Amino acid sequence: MTSSSQYKDSGRAGLEDVDEFVDILEERRRSSDLGYAFRTFNPQPYKGAPSCSTADLNKAVLESQYLSYMAKEIAMETGSSVEEVREEVCGILEEMSQNLQLGFIRMMAYTLSKVFKRLFTSILVNMEGLNMLQQAVQESPVILMPNHRSYMDFLAISYILFTYDIPVPVIAAGIPLAGMKMVGEILRRSGAFFIRRAIGSDKLYWAVLSEYVKTIVRRGFAPVEFYVEGLRSRTLKSLLPKLGMMHMVLEPFFKGEVYDITLVPISISYDRVLEESLLAHELLGVPKPKESTTGLLKATKVLQENYGSMHVNFGRPLSVRQLCHGKINRCQFNLVPRDLPQQPSAEAQACVSWLAHLMVRIQEEGLLISPWSLMACMLLQAPTTVLTEEGLLWHQLTEKTLWLRKLALDFGARLNWPGQVPDSDVISSTVALHCSVVQRKAGRVYLVQENEPLRKCPISPEDGVIRMAAPLLMLASYRNQSMHVFVRPAMLATAIRVTESTQRDELFSFFCFLQDVFSNEFIFIPGKSPQDFEEACVLLKKCGAVNFSQQEVMVLDAGSEVLSFLQALLQPFIDSYQVMFRYLCEEGVHVLSEKQFLPAVRNLATELILSGELCTYEALSSDMQKNVLSALRRLEAVTKLRASEQNEYRVNKAAVRRIGDILSRKIPPQMLQTTPDARL
Amino acid sequence: MASNSSGGGSSDRQGIAQQRLRIIAGHLRGPVDGDSTILAAECKAQGSNTDVSSEGKTVPRRRQEIMKWNGWGYSDSRFLFNKKGQAEFTGKRYRLSGMIIPGLKDWFEGTFGANLQHKTPPTPLLTNTAVPPATLNEAFVEEVKSTGIPFSHDAEDRVFRAHGHCLHEIFALREGKIGRVPDMVVWPSCHNDVVKIVQLACKHNVCLMPYGGGTSVSSALECPPEETRSIVSLDTSQMNRILWIDEKNLTAHVEAGIVGQDLERLLNESGYCTGHEPDSMEFSSLGGWVATRASGMKKNIYGNIEDLVVHIKMVTPQGVIEKSCQGPRMSTGPDIHHFIMGSEGTLGVVTEVTMKIRPMPEYQKYGSVVFPNFEQGVACLREVAKQRCAPASIRLMDNEQFKFGHALKPQVSSIFTSFLDGLKKFYITKFKGFDPNHLCVATLLFEGNREKVLQHEKQVYDIAAKFGGLAAGEDNGQRGYMLTFVIAYLRDLGMDYYVIGESFETSVPWDRVLDICRNVKARIIRECKDKGVQFPPLSTCRVTQTYDAGACVYFYFAFNYRGLSDPVHVYEQVEHAAREEILANGGSLSHHHGVGKLRKEWMRDTISNVGMGMLKSVKDYVDPNNIFGNRNLL
Repeated sequence: MTSSSQYKDSGRAGLEDVDEFVDILEERRRSSDLGYAFRTFNPQPYKGAPSCSTADLNKAVLESQYLSYMAKEIAMETGSSVEEVREEVCGILEEMSQNLQLGFIRMMAYTLSKVFKRLFTSILVNMEGLNMLQQAVQESPVILMPNHRSYMDFLAISYILFTYDIPVPVIAAGIPLAGMKMVGEILRRSGAFFIRRAIGSDKLYWAVLSEYVKTIVRRGFAPVEFYVEGLRSRTLKSLLPKLGMMHMVLEPFFKGEVYDITLVPISISYDRVLEESLLAHELLGVPKPKESTTGLLKATKVLQENYGSMHVNFGRPLSVRQLCHGKINRCQFNLVPRDLPQQPSAEAQACVSWLAHLMVRIQEEGLLISPWSLMACMLLQAPTTVLTEEGLLWHQLTEKTLWLRKLALDFGARLNWPGQVPDSDVISSTVALHCSVVQRKAGRVYLVQENEPLRKCPISPEDGVIRMAAPLLMLASYRNQSMHVFVRPAMLATAIRVTESTQRDELFSFFCFLQDVFSNEFIFIPGKSPQDFEEACVLLKKCGAVNFSQQEVMVLDAGSEVLSFLQALLQPFIDSYQVMFRYLCEEGVHVLSEKQFLPAVRNLATELILSGELCTYEALSSDMQKNVLSALRRLEAVTKLRASEQNEYRVNKAAVRRIGDILSRKIPPQMLQTTPDARL
Repeated sequence: MASNSSGGGSSDRQGIAQQRLRIIAGHLRGPVDGDSTILAAECKAQGSNTDVSSEGKTVPRRRQEIMKWNGWGYSDSRFLFNKKGQAEFTGKRYRLSGMIIPGLKDWFEGTFGANLQHKTPPTPLLTNTAVPPATLNEAFVEEVKSTGIPFSHDAEDRVFRAHGHCLHEIFALREGKIGRVPDMVVWPSCHNDVVKIVQLACKHNVCLMPYGGGTSVSSALECPPEETRSIVSLDTSQMNRILWIDEKNLTAHVEAGIVGQDLERLLNESGYCTGHEPDSMEFSSLGGWVATRASGMKKNIYGNIEDLVVHIKMVTPQGVIEKSCQGPRMSTGPDIHHFIMGSEGTLGVVTEVTMKIRPMPEYQKYGSVVFPNFEQGVACLREVAKQRCAPASIRLMDNEQFKFGHALKPQVSSIFTSFLDGLKKFYITKFKGFDPNHLCVATLLFEGNREKVLQHEKQVYDIAAKFGGLAAGEDNGQRGYMLTFVIAYLRDLGMDYYVIGESFETSVPWDRVLDICRNVKARIIRECKDKGVQFPPLSTCRVTQTYDAGACVYFYFAFNYRGLSDPVHVYEQVEHAAREEILANGGSLSHHHGVGKLRKEWMRDTISNVGMGMLKSVKDYVDPNNIFGNRNLL
């Protein structure tokens, strides 16, 4: 209870005033980039910690008690010699390690000045958050935790910190970046260290990585930056936090090696994401191009376009010590030497998971909702044929968007809505900025469909669906940017419609069921369902949709517009999940692999779309498909086969069917058994 | 150390004095022991003369004759700021007595933001009306009277035995506030007296609270406010004789009420010592050491109390507990001494103890080493412990304490000395590049025969050099130890000027020493800020003992409380938080101060449920009616 109000305070307090944002490109447009890149850079790190050379850092890691212990253990297990294991450790370290050098930071600062000025109209940064960060880096080791929507994210953050004389961070980056010619090395020298994907059960790699990260945190010479979501979100929706890195950065505090650690959530919002179309295609199963330097150069056409503004909102620095107070008993680390590996206790895991979820929630709250995201919500509620053929009336879209703006404000969203300009201009310029997705013609708005070069044979209906899907998934992604604002009231609205009840406990149990099913889709802090439900009630009451008491939630007449909007907002998710449940319940499916599942379910969805049975194209999104699998695994309706190397799953059809039936209210919800997260 | 200083001389003068004592002792011994090597004494006749102090013992029955009722130590010894605003230490007992300490004022004002204009003087006199009337158990009183054992229900006598030296206890006394106090004080003068008193207490259901030297810092002497029975303080101070010395086995059989300085002085007269020198040894008693598991400064040579004790006799409600022989080690089930040591007066009264003794050391030498920073200092102490070559005492002060020690330098008479000091400072900070805000100092005490001491000294200095340490002279070392005994007096000075503080200790594995020091100090500073303390606190620490597997760490914490409405409460909250921090960082609940009532709440987590059950069942058997009802520990 207290922690929930605490994070609200921490996430929002002092950051209310949107006017506090300052455009850092303004100065760059006025003065020399070269002079800027070569100015004195004199940041004050934590307790004046001396800078730590790459060699020193790697040596400290290599010689740590922990790694020598692990090396011995692994040598025993694998039958190789300790020297061989140590050599492997050296290899891993070499592949991993950052090589932060001021010279390269300056070079990056120069180059990025040029690039950013071309791409963005402005990069807006909240000065208050930045000032607090400046203070925080001197007091404790700092962990920067931005959300991840674009490759621009970490470049922008380092750029901003350099600009404001704050120690530039070392950054956890995905290993594919390291493989790019030159670019990998430049990033390395700008402070990136590289982590392999899918480390799985590679014990040695885990050991090296965690010792590396922990050593940086302990020494405190530079902030550590990592994406708690693990990956760049393809759907522009926050991803469920990954806990591995989180454990690593928190452990020095748990074990008393540092007095405190400061977490700084950073919310980056883009008016328009550079990778928008790439992301949509990835979701449709067109494989992600391998990161390569030539690929990057080809992408230079990206530089020709305008991407509007970027907002970087530095959240209030949070003390891990305060957050974890009463949540973890640090005495549990007293009985085993701290240098030895120790399985985290259930308490520690729960604490880390809670904290990770909390950080993602705070990131969400710090996001600025663009007019475009609101428009996307509205556009997606129009039938597809309207968008593609008849066109949506301009004034209708304008009206609805403005209506939604009010609702979003009622729900406490932070909007990025230009104040001094007439609303109609805002909407026109927004549409202009997103001409890759929608077009305005003769008072109507149409979806832009891809113009594939005409093939010899006419395209099949299935291909037509896929072509239509790309812009629709892009729209869905932009809608997702504001889903966190609406999702709780939307779940209550759905509960009201599905249960047709006014009884609070009945609504609450369906609300909890929805949270259980969709907690891979949206971020809910574990154990906070009652507060989430309460929040949903309060917000719906605030906008005049319901009244509620201890026992009841009563729908008001005036509330039908809000409620049906919110229900419709959640409907694509429910429909898509049902399609996949249906596939899994079909005859013949008992054991399946992820590789089979994705195309098969895509085919089924395509079929249903063509037949008109399914209205949403989002069932085609591979992210959603994977989320369904994860949700079912969490709900124990699907189990992963232990022996399988191909990620094969066994489906418990009865269980899947039961979940689907509850979702469509064929049977009442009984609390589903959920197991605590053990994602490490 | 305290005994050395109370001897009143620098090390050389002290050496001469000791030699003289030895000669005198030799003369005295001749006629007494004849051809036997065993000295014996019998229990004094009942109702023997009341002024035992005339025998050269330090502690009279009426403690108020020589000691402060609302502060530390002797009435004649205290710090004050004289009319010129200079600090001086009064009296004649200590090395620092009668000296001007020029640096103290600036340090005091600078460190605490205190001001000599802002005074908080204590209530000058104890008013008897403030003391709650005694609830007497008449039948018990009558029977005690018939035994002839001296007793009193005088208000002053009772108040003196109602407290130890925790901050809140002294603060309340200074304000003239008196809570529940014992209803009566008895002074047994031998083991048999104690047996009688305990029997009578059981018979009349009276609550007994043993009282030794009164130096507790764990609220152990506080009377439980919920106690409705008559509380009788059993003051052991008159049981203060050495009953015999066994020179063949090097043991001494001693009554448990003897205070440290008397024990050492009397043994010294025979050419022996126990070597047990806790910082409180001027006033703390042998029985108290046993009851709290005390530790002495020179434990590296002589061991802690559990290593020194050969035999213990304790009177309990169930009778007397003791072993049947004096074998140096036994395998006879769990050692019953370990039920007694650390029992904190909850099971009975320790009356007689046989302790190991050693011939007095031939040679003593102080020393000190300056390190560029605390980390290096700790690394050096760890190495010394690893090589098992720790001197009699080795202590590492952090930078703040180094500065504090510096501020306590008495006025030097010669220009030459101050010139030398300046030169030393120049050498260390400028030539060697030590940052005066990071350097720290280790103080050393070597003991043994001269040749070995010098050899040992070289070994330790060689290790120190590997960690960047520079030898910084005997003087600095000796002053470091002086700090130990004057610090309690200094607290009284602080309390005259809005400054309150305390020290507390823990023991911790080596790998956590640095972390615990940093985290606990930081926690104290943070908590003070959060609790509205207007001035930055003094938060400092030192490593005072080394062991094979860890170290003992002391924290000192003080702050200026101007602007706070309930300073003691704030102080207690901060200390509580600091203790939680200690535990969270792998430190123990206590290294040697004990648990008392102050740290009871953490006992269960410390020793586990089963552990609590074990201790409780012992208590239930030994003292089913809770006659020893001080409610410490459990």
